[in-house]
Amino acid sequence: MSNAGLDSAYDVAAVRQDFPILDKPLPGGMPLVYLDNGATVQKPRSVIEKLVECYENYNANVHRGIHSLGDQVTTELEAAREKVRALLGADEVEEILFTSGTTMSINLVANAWGRKFLRAGDELLLNEMEHHANLVPWQQIAHERGAKLRFIPLTADGRLDLTALDDVLTDRTKLVAVTAMSNVLGTINPIGEIAARAHARGALVLVDAAQSVPHGLVNVNDPRVDFFAFSGHKVYGPTGIGVLYGRRKILEAMDPFLCGGNMIRRVRKESSDFAELPSKFEAGTIPIAQAIGLGAAIDYVQGLGFEAIAAHEHQLTARAFDQLQQIPGLQIVGPGLAHRGSIVSFTVEGVHPHDMAELLDRKGVAVRAGHHCTMPLHEWLGVTATTRASFALYNTHAEIDALCEAIQYARQVFRRK
Amino acid sequence: MSDDLYDDYILDHYESPYHRGHLEQPTIAHEDDNPLCGDRVHLELLVDEHDRIKEAWFDGHGCAISQASASILMKDIEGKTLDELRDFQAKQMLDLLKVRLTAARQKCGLLSFKVLKTMVYTLDERKGAMSPTQGGRG
Repeated sequence: MSNAGLDSAYDVAAVRQDFPILDKPLPGGMPLVYLDNGATVQKPRSVIEKLVECYENYNANVHRGIHSLGDQVTTELEAAREKVRALLGADEVEEILFTSGTTMSINLVANAWGRKFLRAGDELLLNEMEHHANLVPWQQIAHERGAKLRFIPLTADGRLDLTALDDVLTDRTKLVAVTAMSNVLGTINPIGEIAARAHARGALVLVDAAQSVPHGLVNVNDPRVDFFAFSGHKVYGPTGIGVLYGRRKILEAMDPFLCGGNMIRRVRKESSDFAELPSKFEAGTIPIAQAIGLGAAIDYVQGLGFEAIAAHEHQLTARAFDQLQQIPGLQIVGPGLAHRGSIVSFTVEGVHPHDMAELLDRKGVAVRAGHHCTMPLHEWLGVTATTRASFALYNTHAEIDALCEAIQYARQVFRRK
Repeated sequence: MSDDLYDDYILDHYESPYHRGHLEQPTIAHEDDNPLCGDRVHLELLVDEHDRIKEAWFDGHGCAISQASASILMKDIEGKTLDELRDFQAKQMLDLLKVRLTAARQKCGLLSFKVLKTMVYTLDERKGAMSPTQGGRG
């Protein structure tokens, strides 16, 4: 599909050639219009080939084998870790922990930090737009430790209401866990202001960056945060690999979460000493090929440039915003364009989101329908489900048009004039 | 059996449901949801002294399949006895819908059936508890 003559910092048609799945027709023969990028993005050939390269050429366990494959795979893995460090602007490569994904990263902090440092009466500051992965682990540890959850209120248009922050951010707040970008509303949160005000109160800041990293909101030192979690598969890398960044001093003070091989220095019958960072938090065999593949994904997005990607995605979002609002009965949830990344969730009067997703699929348009792992947010919105279209670096303006045409088709099926 | 999920039969029931509303004094009421998709169905039955369904009403919200299937079920079971409903199978429920459902959408199509079955079993339990000759529960 062409870019309809609109300027982009890169050639979208050429970029699409990098993604083998995009020009494969669906079982019915229709072209794929993939707008479920908030769930997972498609993979460029360079990432797929990196996985094959790893398994075909230097597959071995890391940090173990005194043999040449073991050396080679360890070198590749540590090169990938360094790429993540550079991407995040972290001070030290030992602050980059490989996990299985954002969920595991947050669970690691909730358990390894929370169990050791949370006391009865302490408070954790959350908000209702968080994904369940950045809510349920905190509920569990708060319950265990006798800590209390508090919530930053939302504005009517689905942003964090920072005018009310001082009501909920107190000297008892030990940690603020906040998403950099909502997976439903698309809201981009002002992490800098939140972090500065949290730090002034002595609280730590954890950023759920699962949605923001693919769009270039990645730095852990500007603004300065304490924990930063994301998943490889949402940033064009493989599934099964994620990252937790943690500030060295905090990670060193924490006890291990998962225990077993690789995370120990010395094991006796009754007790053990633990390894240095990052191994201390990487028990067992980590997803090696996936981590190396994540390195290739970082190379890929940096090759295009985050600025160019963000600019292209903003154009797509603006077009979607404009065209969707012209559809009768369609209601977009969340803030205006100025505060939003490339996610647009909506409801259409008379057509339930599940029916909508099924009918869009008939036109080859893949979206997500449901509560998107944010039940408290949907309660706040007053709806049980929404339909979500989310855009990536390879989407085209023609695909936005296809989405809108397919929504009109769904309305016709449901006899909406 | 139609391959079009959204044929007129389903859409007619979705848009103009049969007995959407509430009874003043139902013999039994029960509801359930599919937490993943948020479909919710509430059923109310009026059962006469011969264990026959005199009236069946529903309420709820969700996709066209979940709501239309509740409407279709309400229409079908009025006049039936609890004995008949005890033998009523999921396959028969899916046949009533006259459309072929994918595995993912069978959950929507069977939600009201699940609620109905729970009510039938609950009525059986109540009866067992009230009748000493049957020995009550366990």
